[in-house]
Amino acid sequence: MKRYFKDIWDSFYTIAIGMGVTFRHLFRKSVTIQYPDIKPELTERARNRLYVNMDDCIGCDQCSKACPVNCITIETVKAVPPDDLGVTSTGNPKRLWVTKFDIDIAKCCYCGLCVYPCPTECIKMTDVYEFSEFDRHNLVYNYSTMTPSEVEEAKGKFEKWQADKAAAKKSSTEKKKEGSEKPKAKQQESGEGKRSDSPEDKKSES
Amino acid sequence: MVETLEQFLPHPLLAIIMHAALPMVIVFPYVLFAVWLERKVSAHMQDRLGPMRTGGWHGWSQTIADMIKMIQKEDIVPSRSDKFLFKFAPFLAFMGAYAAFAVIPFSSEYIGAHLDVGAFYILAVTSVVTLSILMAGWASNNKWSLLGAMRTSAQIVSYEVPTVVAVLSVIVATGTLNLMTISEMQTGTIFNWLIFSNPFLLIAFVLYFISSLAEVNRTPFDLPESESELVGGFQTEYSGMRWGMFMLTEYADMLLVSLLGSVLFFGAWNSPFGDFMSGPVWGVFWMVSKGMFFIFVMMWLRWTLPRLRVDQLMDVCWKYLIPIAFINLVLVALWEMLF
Repeated sequence: MKRYFKDIWDSFYTIAIGMGVTFRHLFRKSVTIQYPDIKPELTERARNRLYVNMDDCIGCDQCSKACPVNCITIETVKAVPPDDLGVTSTGNPKRLWVTKFDIDIAKCCYCGLCVYPCPTECIKMTDVYEFSEFDRHNLVYNYSTMTPSEVEEAKGKFEKWQADKAAAKKSSTEKKKEGSEKPKAKQQESGEGKRSDSPEDKKSES
Repeated sequence: MVETLEQFLPHPLLAIIMHAALPMVIVFPYVLFAVWLERKVSAHMQDRLGPMRTGGWHGWSQTIADMIKMIQKEDIVPSRSDKFLFKFAPFLAFMGAYAAFAVIPFSSEYIGAHLDVGAFYILAVTSVVTLSILMAGWASNNKWSLLGAMRTSAQIVSYEVPTVVAVLSVIVATGTLNLMTISEMQTGTIFNWLIFSNPFLLIAFVLYFISSLAEVNRTPFDLPESESELVGGFQTEYSGMRWGMFMLTEYADMLLVSLLGSVLFFGAWNSPFGDFMSGPVWGVFWMVSKGMFFIFVMMWLRWTLPRLRVDQLMDVCWKYLIPIAFINLVLVALWEMLF
């Protein structure tokens, strides 16, 4: 009998406690926000849309190799002597025309693995997360600043340079036998040698 | 009231229809408001915001938009169901709930029907809602619907007993079944209200409130619907406006038991401050605000308590509410005899 009344008392008492809790929550600040009007403040290192600063890109292809879902496609053409592409803001000399730098952001898994290998810190994740599209082909971002005609020009120059080099080499070997026209060939060879070993130097520097 | 209307309207029948439709003027806006309030209360109790965008200020027109959406929806009737019963059940449910408003004294000047057996009439006519729920569950030809409907009938038949006994305690104290007379007896200040006139009527009110929660299928007694176990109970097969009618019935029923509670215990249309703010129009205000207070408490309870199990539901009714209600009835009668 005592138990019976204690049960009744307990049920009222616990319900009163529960109602107190819910009543307090009624006036508490809500945790949801009115999204399009009020946007959440993202943390400092939030990983959202990728951004590439093409002025600093040296076309080293490291980000593309690091990408686990292969969403970055890079194509480059070597810049040949008369053209000087200058240096990046980090001081690395640019030696390649980046003819294609496509990021398929629809494939991107926002892991951020492409950011770390970049020697010039030109690819980074921004806090932009509103970039939905009606057509998913629009999610392939073309970062390359070169127009198709410029790409063709760069390719043509490179091919011409290669042909010239091959011809020069051929003629130099022919001339070697004869022992003439040495200085011009030496100049070209030294220029090429400098180019091939420098990326290794830069990587160790950075 | 009918006589006044007859003076303005060309035909007496029109006056009667007008008179009958008057509670609708309160019930419809109330349902739209209460559904919105329920969503707001539930949201804020869970630290959310609820509807915020429709109509501007705190999504005030969300329920209006919902209603328009429901009217536009396809009217789906399951092919293997009992077509007539299936289509008729929601309307019968609302009929039962609405018919009960006939004897609720909304103000000192307005009552649908001056019945001398008002309290008895309400208890009788609200049982039609049970019938319609059973009808809906059976006609749907779906086991979840039928289970929900069976639970409802078991629940409402059980909880009818403590409700009736709690109402009977008030009848013992007042000596009349006429709700208008009961309201008039409580005129004056807050201390004339029946709940303060007799200590055992306070217990009667608690009993009435608990069992009326079960009568209108509100949490913690919402077993007929029980979304998490029975899909939607008796409403499973309903969609569009037919489902909307059940929703309307549920909220109209909530208003009904809240209003009946305030008539029986909390002074009906009387102002708590004596002559201050009292009169026929203030009467409607007091009646509706008292009703809304109990509706808020119902919502508050809904978002506080979990649902009872079927055996717990029966335990609460037969082992606790009914014995206490009968003992309380005797004590109320004794108090009335002695003082």
